[in-house]
Amino acid sequence: MDTRLKIVVVDDELPARNRLKEILHDLSEHVALSVVAEASDGLKAVTLLNEISADIVLLDIRMPGMDGIEVARHLQNLAAPPAIVFTTAFDAYAVKAFELNAVDYLLKPIRRERLQAALEKAKGRLGVRLNGLEQLQQRARSHLSVAERGKILLVPLTDVLYLRAELKYVTIKTAEREYLLEESLTNIEEEFGEQFLRVHRACLVARSAVRGFERVAEESGDGHWVVLLTGSEEKLPVSRRQQHVVREFKGG
Amino acid sequence: MASINQNTPPPALPDFCNLGVMLRVMLIVNGLGVLAGMAREPSWPGFLQEFLPLSVFIQPALLASLLSLCGLRRLFAGQPYREFVVAVFILEAAIGVGLFFSIGVLLPGEASLALPAVMVFTLVCTGIVLLYLNLRGRALSPAITEARLQALQARIRPHFLFNSLTAVLSLMRADPRRAERVLEDLADLFRVLMADNRQLVPLQTEFVLCRQYLEIEQLRLGDRLRIAWHIDNMPEDALVPPLILQPLLENAVYHGIEPVAEPGEININIYRNRDQVIFVLRNPFRGEAGAHHQGNKMALNNIRERLALHFDVEAEMKSQILSSGYQVTITIPYTTKR
Repeated sequence: MDTRLKIVVVDDELPARNRLKEILHDLSEHVALSVVAEASDGLKAVTLLNEISADIVLLDIRMPGMDGIEVARHLQNLAAPPAIVFTTAFDAYAVKAFELNAVDYLLKPIRRERLQAALEKAKGRLGVRLNGLEQLQQRARSHLSVAERGKILLVPLTDVLYLRAELKYVTIKTAEREYLLEESLTNIEEEFGEQFLRVHRACLVARSAVRGFERVAEESGDGHWVVLLTGSEEKLPVSRRQQHVVREFKGG
Repeated sequence: MASINQNTPPPALPDFCNLGVMLRVMLIVNGLGVLAGMAREPSWPGFLQEFLPLSVFIQPALLASLLSLCGLRRLFAGQPYREFVVAVFILEAAIGVGLFFSIGVLLPGEASLALPAVMVFTLVCTGIVLLYLNLRGRALSPAITEARLQALQARIRPHFLFNSLTAVLSLMRADPRRAERVLEDLADLFRVLMADNRQLVPLQTEFVLCRQYLEIEQLRLGDRLRIAWHIDNMPEDALVPPLILQPLLENAVYHGIEPVAEPGEININIYRNRDQVIFVLRNPFRGEAGAHHQGNKMALNNIRERLALHFDVEAEMKSQILSSGYQVTITIPYTTKR
């Protein structure tokens, strides 16, 4: 069996990938390794790593669309997540956060010695899940992700109709289906802010999915509001405490 | 150590052909006219009676003064400041006397002003305007302007430097000659970035620099970066502040190209329209994906302030979001080295 370290290189700039492969090639004389794949953006990286197994991912932070931090978060849903070494040209904020969270990173241009040390260190961390990545996130994610049979299922944020908290999980509802997410509703509301409307203690509705509101009469004579959605027949109740969102939504 | 700059050198002679200087002079003199009128007759109808005949004198006097001072600019150039002041006073006295009698002949009914009063007013105005321009000249003196320009020194994003170095390293083995060229381009770019950028440079110089800069970006970004130059009518000899375009291009790449994986085009149009040079720069607008507005604003403010230092109100810069993308337009007066 091939016992060499399987490495994946992710960077949106071709010269940066080429340079990394070049020094990895130099290092392969000292460290048993092989570059098994490369990807030019975050989404491709996640899709790729669903298909092939890797030991270490060298992951650029600043990439179009899905950035490196988000990729790393999604990868934690794999049955055996690869060790991650971030690469960055210059990002004072990220570097500070990495130091605080003991996350490994390399500064570009990358030195061979530094890369070798990072690989040695990562070897000792294979199969260890990375925690606290959400603290490194600088901007809201483009996708939510859930683990399903050891693979990552990406749900584009634009597909989400609403999120509902249920006991231990949060249910993500899209036009097609439901997913179970292991995150708290409060954190999601904090991260995505204006994109969602809290209509209930346990429910966030995507603003873009709100078609309107309807007043439903109750037997007691009192009525309550429900949210009408685009792309779904479902009607979600608005709690008494959150009734102000109906007015605010109509107002602006 | 002996301190230098003990004696501040006299300020440069004011440029009366500059629109900003002209506007300021007109405002000051008319303001003084209003004050003179109010001093003599504080009540409203009385004030008008005082001010209107004075205004009949002030406006042509201003016009004649500014036109002749602008016309005589060459003659004054290089003269000591003291002689310049004496010459201006003589000129103004002559204009005052000349106009006083012309108005007397052309508009006999308006001859309510006395010659001594007119002459005192003319000379006091001249003195105040010269004093103002002298103080303003000192405030914008090379030493102070240099300090301000230094603070405004366009700064390149460190991220660009390190990514470029990585790109050069990636070429070292495969294409050493291209690696050499990129390093030379980088050297040129940093030479300008670190230079004393107080003097205006020919547009051609800035254009070459921008081309070198974009070549480096092209190496990093490949097909994602498309550039369309429209420079058939570009006046190569026009004088521009150094680094007027490059930071805008850097912004365009950072906000318009890098945030998405698909190719995008940066469109640059430079042309001369009579006595103005116009720069139009357009890049795809990425909305929230290109979020780092702080940096963009800083670069724009920096350029706006430098334009003001160099051209006062004669330069203009505006940025707008159009359906075709994000567009920055700069208009500066067309000047050349002679």
